[in-house]
Amino acid sequence: MPIRALIVDDSSVMRKIVERSLRQAGIDLSDVFQAGNGAEALGVLKDSKVDLILCDINMPVMDGLEFIKQLPSVENAKNVPVVMITTEGSESHVVQALSCGARGYIRKPFTPEQVKEHVVPVLAGKS
Amino acid sequence: MKSVSELLAANGSHENWIPLLDMAAREVFDLMLSCELTVPSILDDTTLDVTSMVGLAGQLCGVLSVRCSGKAAALMATKMLGVDLDKVGAEFSDALGEVCNMVAGNFKNKIAGLAEGCMLSPPTVITGSNYDLHLMADSPAIEVRLLFEGLPILISLQLHG
Repeated sequence: MPIRALIVDDSSVMRKIVERSLRQAGIDLSDVFQAGNGAEALGVLKDSKVDLILCDINMPVMDGLEFIKQLPSVENAKNVPVVMITTEGSESHVVQALSCGARGYIRKPFTPEQVKEHVVPVLAGKS
Repeated sequence: MKSVSELLAANGSHENWIPLLDMAAREVFDLMLSCELTVPSILDDTTLDVTSMVGLAGQLCGVLSVRCSGKAAALMATKMLGVDLDKVGAEFSDALGEVCNMVAGNFKNKIAGLAEGCMLSPPTVITGSNYDLHLMADSPAIEVRLLFEGLPILISLQLHG
């Protein structure tokens, strides 16, 4: 079944790479929404429902960790799985992201196979 | 295991980090741009007029930069976006900024203890070559020169103290 995804990253190039990687990983996307930071993403979610959120951590205005902390307050976003995609590779960042509610963590640079490996179980509710 | 600060104090030149910087760059280009960086046989005097910089702060302080020509930056954008060269506009700077960010992140993740103790700034991209850069640094930069699709790129890490 096609899914609606929200990609949050301050780099427009990286948002396009993430979208392409999802498609290359065989994820069937019906709609792809984009946002340049956490605050923009919260705005998108007020008007749109999505099935999956892929989010960077280091972003201006509102970073990825603050964004996922605020997600439960958005009606459309309750229980939507979030997978972080970031250059920050430390164990503490992973633990912090997972404790904030993220369901997966992908380190940049990544391959479409790695995206598939992390996203498919999340979409299947196995993560 | 030695801490990052002990490692820094014991090794003034940091030349043993050159292979790590080289590997960090090669992995980024391999995974994200699907291309292999090669070693230049001669020093190319092509003007490197696009510079992306990422600041490092914490246990390791300094600036990591990736310099290349405008053509190379545009070519990176085509590889990252999957579009033709004539479709690339201002995205070339975003593409080079992301490359620099990923090289910096990948590099620090290769040094034990540094992933936790070193933060990265968002990338800054400068176009043009008519400028002087004055860093408050007291150790030399480590540099890696490679070829991307036959075009020279210069990756350097200038450490502070």
